[in-house]
Amino acid sequence: MRFYEYESRRIVERAGIPVTEYGFCTTAGDARAAAERIGGPVVVKSQVLTGGRMKAGGVKFADTPEEAEAHAAEILELEINGQMPRGVLVDPKADVEQEYYAGVVWDGTAKRPLMLFSDMGGIDIEEVAEKHPDQVGRGHVSNLLPISDFEAKQAIAATGVTGSELNRATPILARLARLFRETDMTLAEINPLARLADGSFVALDAHMEMENEAKPRHKALLESELEIAPDDTREPYEPSEFERDVKAIDSADHRGVIQGRDHGFHGNLGLVIGAGGGSLTLTDAVRSQGGRPANYTEIGGNPSVWKTAGLAKQVLRKDGVEKIAVMMSIVSNTRVDIVARGVIKACLELDRDPAETIAIFRIPGAWEEEGYRILDRYGVEYCDRSVSMWEAARRAVEKIQRVA
Amino acid sequence: MSILLSRDFAFIVQGITGREAVNLTRECLDYGSRVVGGVTPGRKGREVHGVPVSDTVEQAIANHGAPVDGSVVTVPPAFTKDAVLEAIENGIELIVIVTERIPRGDVAEMVELAGMRGARIIGPNCLGLIVPGVCKMGGIGGPAKDAAKAYAPGAVGVMSRSGGMTTEISSSLTAAGLGVSTAISIGGDAIIGSTYAELMPLFEADEATEAIVIYTEPGGRMEAQLAEWVSENQSRLPIVAFMAGKFMDDAEMKGMSFGHAGTIVEGKEDTAAEKIARLEGAGIRVVERIDEIPDAVKERLGAKV
Repeated sequence: MRFYEYESRRIVERAGIPVTEYGFCTTAGDARAAAERIGGPVVVKSQVLTGGRMKAGGVKFADTPEEAEAHAAEILELEINGQMPRGVLVDPKADVEQEYYAGVVWDGTAKRPLMLFSDMGGIDIEEVAEKHPDQVGRGHVSNLLPISDFEAKQAIAATGVTGSELNRATPILARLARLFRETDMTLAEINPLARLADGSFVALDAHMEMENEAKPRHKALLESELEIAPDDTREPYEPSEFERDVKAIDSADHRGVIQGRDHGFHGNLGLVIGAGGGSLTLTDAVRSQGGRPANYTEIGGNPSVWKTAGLAKQVLRKDGVEKIAVMMSIVSNTRVDIVARGVIKACLELDRDPAETIAIFRIPGAWEEEGYRILDRYGVEYCDRSVSMWEAARRAVEKIQRVA
Repeated sequence: MSILLSRDFAFIVQGITGREAVNLTRECLDYGSRVVGGVTPGRKGREVHGVPVSDTVEQAIANHGAPVDGSVVTVPPAFTKDAVLEAIENGIELIVIVTERIPRGDVAEMVELAGMRGARIIGPNCLGLIVPGVCKMGGIGGPAKDAAKAYAPGAVGVMSRSGGMTTEISSSLTAAGLGVSTAISIGGDAIIGSTYAELMPLFEADEATEAIVIYTEPGGRMEAQLAEWVSENQSRLPIVAFMAGKFMDDAEMKGMSFGHAGTIVEGKEDTAAEKIARLEGAGIRVVERIDEIPDAVKERLGAKV
């Protein structure tokens, strides 16, 4: 889950990393008051969960509270990359001597958090790493042992930073690494980390992301401290009606798991497909052979007839869906006969002929004989494991293209 | 021969009284595996399909009266780390973690401790591993008769980020007369106990294995790591790879994860196209279609002889 900048700043602040005296505001009037409180020139920044704010006009400088109010009014109405801002952040315009980058990410190969530091802050770290590899210091930290300051010091010193800058930046990077581990972040970034004219360091912008799986154990931070509503999931896009409906069916019955997505899918062939890897393989197989999937699904853990039928009905109700393909890799837990009954039930309840509507049924495995008997009765074309997932997808695509 | 498992391999099941664990225990026993104990705190004295249940791993080992080689851990995500640390600190050397939705930090902690103690973790979010006709550790392949149908003993080592696809691919290798030496469902998460490259030396040393098939997905650097391993080591084993989830390279799918938690594309190296290029650059044959795998293996084996 990605945090807004104002939340990220609060997260670094509570870890003991200095930040400026910022104000989060949801109205232009509040922004004016914040600017008055701060005194002097300020920056007004749009609070959206996307990059490119500066370019889009979402960051503006103001010399007076009146100017801050006017900018805030504009920015609060400005959509950036399809997102309306949650509010604006009013920040004193800092007297910056130099900008640095401090970050912590997962290194999946080493299976450890990786600290990153650069004396070229303010720009994209990937770009710095590519063009100026010597300007990026790195250091892994243990998942078990306490994180010591010297580990951060080594990563910073590797960039050539020395003197009081080194000594001031060290605890900041070490604290960032500790908060990364303690609060299950997948990304913790301060960019820029600024050195001000008086030699002190402050986090001028921060970007934090927490692993979704870990959210339940950070309820106190998320709900009490940051006041994030439990249903504020911050998916990269708004769920569609289809996605919401499938989710509702899934939660209404604890047996098995069904998931449905249609973001980015615009075709006419509905997919009722299953298991993680099987669904990926089948979606590719349909697309590679000229088919146009209307959606993506995952079925697993042996869902009930009702649940399977519910999923199939939602797929069939989607605009433009003419047929469905029911396919999975070999199943051992999910029962073939239950899926067969579910998809046939869906067709019948929507007054559709299963033989016409189901382009292909390819699910081999547990209870397949029973499943195939039911499909026979309704004249649905099916195949067993001797027909590959690729070939099954081909047959489905061929049938739907004959319709069109 | 095989890797990791043998006919004498003895393991326990942690969380054995859970619904899935009860099924898994039945399947493994039916297959001929030696399930010598189970652990569920507070349930000491019960039995699951004749397997005695203990409160602690220590008791389960004492109860068995001989060394325990492995443990299948299938407990809820919030308790998994503790269960795995318990197994490691009691000297168990091979741990299969079935549980999914475990935070990465927990997985990394378990893996780091395993490394310190000389233990190996397979998973999380996996179905375990199987040596056809010898031992099945975990739900891989399902009930014993289904597992026997899909997995015949043979020459190909299989590693897969998807549990279901491990069986689908192995079944096609079995049907083609190639069979499987050892098949491992390595898990679908971003951080896992044993990656392709980390398992390769074991297959390399296994006389029964003549070729490797891997199933891969977008997300992570595991394939790049394998490509590096292959380039740096003069591997005797030809590798055939299949990449699923190519549709995720579409701009509209950015930032989304499909199928497994590990499939989110975060950097440039994570995309399907980039991974295919890397694997091919290391001389690994990447097939376009799932049904091309058996022929590609035969071709590679033929070319080697």
